[in-house]
Amino acid sequence: MKVNGVVYPTPADPRRLLSDHLRHDLGLTGTHVGCEHGVCGCCTVLLDGAPVRSCLLLAVQAEGHEVTTIEGLASDAAPLHPVQQAFHECHGLQCGFCTPGFVLSVVGLLAQHPNPTPEQVDEGIAGNLCRCTGYASIRRAVHRAAELSQK
Amino acid sequence: MTTRWFGARVQRVEDDRLLRGHGRFTDDIDDGALESCLVRSPYAHARIRSIDVTAARAMPGVIAVYTAAELPFGQTDLPILIPHPNLTHGRTQRCLASEVVRYVGEAVAFVVAESRCLAEDAAEMVEVDYEPLPVVITPESAARAEHLVHDDVPGNVAAEMIQEAGSVEAALAASPRRKRLHFRFERGAACPMEARAVWARWSTSERRLTVYDSTQSPTSIRGGLAVLFGLPESSVEVIAPDVGGGFGPKIMLFYPDELLVPFAAMQLGRPVKWTEDRQEHFTAVNQERGQVHEVEVGFDDEGKLLALDVDFVHDAGAYTPYGIILPIITAGQVPGPYRVPNYRVRFRDVYTNATPTSPYRGAGRPHACFVMERTLDRIAAELALDRAEVRRRNLIQPDQFPYEVGVAWQDGNAVVYDSGNYPVLLEKALANLGPRPGGDHVGMGLGMYVEGTGVGPYEGAHVQVLVSGKVVAATGIPSQGQAHATVWAQIVADELGVDVADVEVTGGDTRRFPWGVGTFASRGAVTAGNAMAVAAGMVAEKARQIAADHLEVDPADLELVGGKVQVKGSPDRGIALAAVAVLANPVRYAFGGGTEAATQFTARPRPGPPLHEGEQPGLEATGYYSPPASTWAAGCHTCYVRVDPQTFRLEILKYVVVHDCGRVINPLVVEGQIEGGVAQGIGGAFYERLHYDSEGQLRNASFMEFLMPYATEIPAIEIDHIETPSPLNPLGVKGAGEAGVIPVGAVLASAIEEALGVPITEMPLSPLKLFELVKTRS
Repeated sequence: MKVNGVVYPTPADPRRLLSDHLRHDLGLTGTHVGCEHGVCGCCTVLLDGAPVRSCLLLAVQAEGHEVTTIEGLASDAAPLHPVQQAFHECHGLQCGFCTPGFVLSVVGLLAQHPNPTPEQVDEGIAGNLCRCTGYASIRRAVHRAAELSQK
Repeated sequence: MTTRWFGARVQRVEDDRLLRGHGRFTDDIDDGALESCLVRSPYAHARIRSIDVTAARAMPGVIAVYTAAELPFGQTDLPILIPHPNLTHGRTQRCLASEVVRYVGEAVAFVVAESRCLAEDAAEMVEVDYEPLPVVITPESAARAEHLVHDDVPGNVAAEMIQEAGSVEAALAASPRRKRLHFRFERGAACPMEARAVWARWSTSERRLTVYDSTQSPTSIRGGLAVLFGLPESSVEVIAPDVGGGFGPKIMLFYPDELLVPFAAMQLGRPVKWTEDRQEHFTAVNQERGQVHEVEVGFDDEGKLLALDVDFVHDAGAYTPYGIILPIITAGQVPGPYRVPNYRVRFRDVYTNATPTSPYRGAGRPHACFVMERTLDRIAAELALDRAEVRRRNLIQPDQFPYEVGVAWQDGNAVVYDSGNYPVLLEKALANLGPRPGGDHVGMGLGMYVEGTGVGPYEGAHVQVLVSGKVVAATGIPSQGQAHATVWAQIVADELGVDVADVEVTGGDTRRFPWGVGTFASRGAVTAGNAMAVAAGMVAEKARQIAADHLEVDPADLELVGGKVQVKGSPDRGIALAAVAVLANPVRYAFGGGTEAATQFTARPRPGPPLHEGEQPGLEATGYYSPPASTWAAGCHTCYVRVDPQTFRLEILKYVVVHDCGRVINPLVVEGQIEGGVAQGIGGAFYERLHYDSEGQLRNASFMEFLMPYATEIPAIEIDHIETPSPLNPLGVKGAGEAGVIPVGAVLASAIEEALGVPITEMPLSPLKLFELVKTRS
């Protein structure tokens, strides 16, 4: 499987979750695990560009696919990705635990709807739980990200 | 000070790291650690006949299996964190239960293995023979004491406390109108997105214990581990790295894992980690809010309160590690922003076979607010008065501060409101709410609250200007998302005349600052914020002294601005703060960074030794702030809701907050705290219910069934501020962390009651609950 553009061998342990594989085998700890039953969305990554729950996939299922984690959005030296930048500007994060999942969900949302309506925004982030922000700032961040992406 | 960072909408300095996935949460730390798993009781109340770990120990990859018998502290009761004279029957659990378990999730054994998977596999092989005992699950049944949670606690009563201000019996007897009311609040759960985790390493060569813990109080954990293991505190370092939300329950100490992980690391000579899974989080992490209240209120024909008598039962859960802080807070907060001339409050803190309780954002206040606000709504209904008008007639007026309520507060002081302007909060909130939307089944909700914030005993801070001119600042308390690194930097930057970007803050790392208490009770801004100002002020004073010697001027003529110490009004006569930092440390050996300016042949000659008596090297200082009493924030929430009469779906059409937390350090951050708090309040009021059955099993211990709101359930929140500075601390600040959540239950109850025309006396609500209420009435 390819993760953030780098090819890695498939893990030997067939019961290794993709989330655990990314975090503990590849050291990509930006992918967070909040519930391990597919509800909270903290572990969201992009699989061939579409948001998926990495806690609901076995690592072996990602064989032959391209995975993008939060670390893959912008290199350390590069400016923040527009979605990351928008979250910063709009105070769309507090503790930061749910944030990587939200950011990747929003990247997926904007790929589908570059100019989302408020309803599309709510639907696009309705698979991610946040306990800190109350979502208002995240909604603002999505609209801002749409603006920044088109600049 | 020319630039004023305090009060500015400064964007957060902690974001970049978190947004790039470079946050460092406890479970992100590995370093070859063994992993572990707790065996937990499946029964709410049972006697342990035997525990057999033989098969578990034989499982592949298993390194150790511990029961109480293997622990030197196995027969030690964990501490009562906040003892109180009225807590006559305080009980705490042991690290691992060996005789009786008293709630589902109580820890019984601890497995350490090469991986979490192997530890979980082995945990399933631990054979515990339980003899089930009768279960006490509701506070009402606990108070009836048909069964006992602890054999040696008569009536299940851990504590009882009665307080009276004025003369309630006489005032009730003399009241033209009296009402008896009953209000019930169920338990809620904080559910931070990061569950708990602990990582520990013991260095034999250095005799040093290093612990990473997702705690709200690393300084207290350090103190406790030092006591337990007989180590000097200097040999124990505890770090709360990035913590993924706290909201209260991450400040319990000790959860069993907080002792077991360091213990195993010391025993095994290898790092050990433990990461909680979400299911165990639901029963193993403290909860809060279960209370049943009987109220009698006396009032006159104008709706003025004459007497209030409140008798409530607090559901402690199986143990009382946190003492009786929660019911004390409720008792102190019921009167809220209103004049209650005669107030009596009695509580009993009772044991149940449920998870122990400790503060969860709001901590005793949402239920207190619910009691008072619902009572005022009843008075309004009886007198056919507008709900706002009844409040208007009872509010404490701006010229009545300091205002003494007449009961005790959680810090041992009396409840005394320091400042506020409650009428303005009410009128602004009503004005901002605007006209009522059209349509049927629309209700307007209204609720006011006060919040005792900024409790002591103290916090401290260390601030140092480096020879590069950059500033490092540290405090003992950790952040769980409250933007400490940004707001502390704002305070320090103002004192030192530097840019926020030049101040790097560390919190919650005892290696950087070993003293302090913790992040809880909306206290960070008051305690650590003022400590930052104190320490940075000391550094500024020192910088002025050194620069004055160097420039041969009076220190009183100097100001710190733009990274320089300069003569007021003469920017050309100054010295860079970086150069002052160099001069602050007389050196023999220049080690770079401009330090050649402070060697013995180059430093500016001054009579006497390089360091005068009482002087300390380095441009640094440590300062502390210890509040004399709590600061009292306040606010008013109003809303319009629509309830679908068929599905009972709740639609929040508009939600308005007017908030007063004294001087605001950073509006962006305060608004974030309020928005998040209101969302948590909405969740707790209408979606989240901990469904315990009669056997004490939590039936919905997952996010599939415990319905935390998504964006689709939370409306936009319209926020307005007023500022009545606290006279109690130099910065004039009050806490803001819990404000958002406090009145939401009361406000939504008020609105839904009007929308549906059914009395609301309990929390939480749900579509099903509303359906039942409407059905029962018709």
